[in-house]
Amino acid sequence: MLTKRIIPCLDVRDGRVVKGVNFLGLNDVDDPVALARFYNAAGADELVFYDITASHEGRKLFADVLERTAAEVFIPLTVGGGIRSTDDFDRVLKAGADKVSVNSGAIKNPALIGEAAKKYGSQCVVLSVDVKRVDGKYHVFQNGGRIDTGLDACAYCAEGEARGAGEIVLNSIDTDGVKTGFDIEMLNEVCGRVKIPVVASGGAGRREDFLKLFQKTSVDAGLAASIFHFREVELGALKRYLSENEIPVRQ
Amino acid sequence: MTAIVDYGVGNLFSLRRSLDFIGAQNAVTNDPAVILKADRIILPGVGAFGDAAKKLAEGGFFPLLRERAASGVPILGICLGMQLLFDESEEFGRHEGLGLISGRVCPLKASLDALGLSYKLPQMGWNALHFVKADAPLLKYSRAGAFVYYVHSHYATEVKDSLVAFSEYGVRVPGIVQAGSVMGCQFHPEKSGDAGLAILRAFVEYQP
Repeated sequence: MLTKRIIPCLDVRDGRVVKGVNFLGLNDVDDPVALARFYNAAGADELVFYDITASHEGRKLFADVLERTAAEVFIPLTVGGGIRSTDDFDRVLKAGADKVSVNSGAIKNPALIGEAAKKYGSQCVVLSVDVKRVDGKYHVFQNGGRIDTGLDACAYCAEGEARGAGEIVLNSIDTDGVKTGFDIEMLNEVCGRVKIPVVASGGAGRREDFLKLFQKTSVDAGLAASIFHFREVELGALKRYLSENEIPVRQ
Repeated sequence: MTAIVDYGVGNLFSLRRSLDFIGAQNAVTNDPAVILKADRIILPGVGAFGDAAKKLAEGGFFPLLRERAASGVPILGICLGMQLLFDESEEFGRHEGLGLISGRVCPLKASLDALGLSYKLPQMGWNALHFVKADAPLLKYSRAGAFVYYVHSHYATEVKDSLVAFSEYGVRVPGIVQAGSVMGCQFHPEKSGDAGLAILRAFVEYQP
């Protein structure tokens, strides 16, 4: 039986993890390679590196981080941030990424999904969507949740699937950072419209939130950042807890 | 030396790095002379069977791989590379494979539909490996129930005696197959953490 995946996400700027992470018994570890190694050993099923660099130098540092991580961490690596063209796909795939996550780039140029799927295969094309409620409807937002595109999230995801996306990440802006649980209602609404795997993001605060996510929705994976970095939820303990509650996980 | 056949399908970065990591000498190559000299061969691959089979044929790899297999050189097909080892595939029309292992590649969707199951496709994620032949060389360092990482929409059927290990995804998905020194993994050992490295290590140490 396919297991539910738990995915830590690292924000990287100029080759270092943003804010640093203070749980290795050391002060503010901000080396993405060290953290990837740590999460791999702790049982992460996949890792997401989100590049928030804009500069050319930052991009080079990021590629270097990716190469060094992929040389010693052998679980799937997903890369997002600033992906606008198939050249961007090329750049990160060659540095060791397995999947590439597109967000704003697909809003501005929906054909990018299809082009990338044709060139590199659907298995490495991840459509990342920021979703927020507007007047009782789910809208797609862009620029980190600041701009309402007016697009219907369900229709947008279904279109992304039809164009060749292999997976969808749904980030709920309504629950993001609130730590009161994933956006079950929204996730169910969108999951009902697509057949490809869905990753839930935004809202995890406690291990119970992951249990509820997997009990109440058909999503395949839960993604979180700070709760893992600040050890509010510990990966190994989370997986044991889920397993005890009959959620299939890899241990 | 292990030759990783580069016929223009997929990203070989992780595969190369995982062999480096376990200390196995390797070369990514499309040069028949290098492949002829290799002690063992890995056939990788992602994407559609038809495209990959066409590229493999254009590169002249069909006769080369068949000859190497006949000479007893260990060959490991990974993901689509495993599917190419079989007789044929029904992915977007009928396509001929290498025919090194008896069986046919079929869409998971058709089998799941026939059973009335609505599993997500592709199968993407970690699934447990159940052993059929626990003493098979590829399983030398593995434990039953180990989790491995799959990404695929098609699977091998009618594999008969070659089945070494499988995973459950509504149907029995052949995870590892072997016929003589020709072996295949439907999952990605280079992405399956320690469980995957254990399988790669067993392959590079295997002596027919």
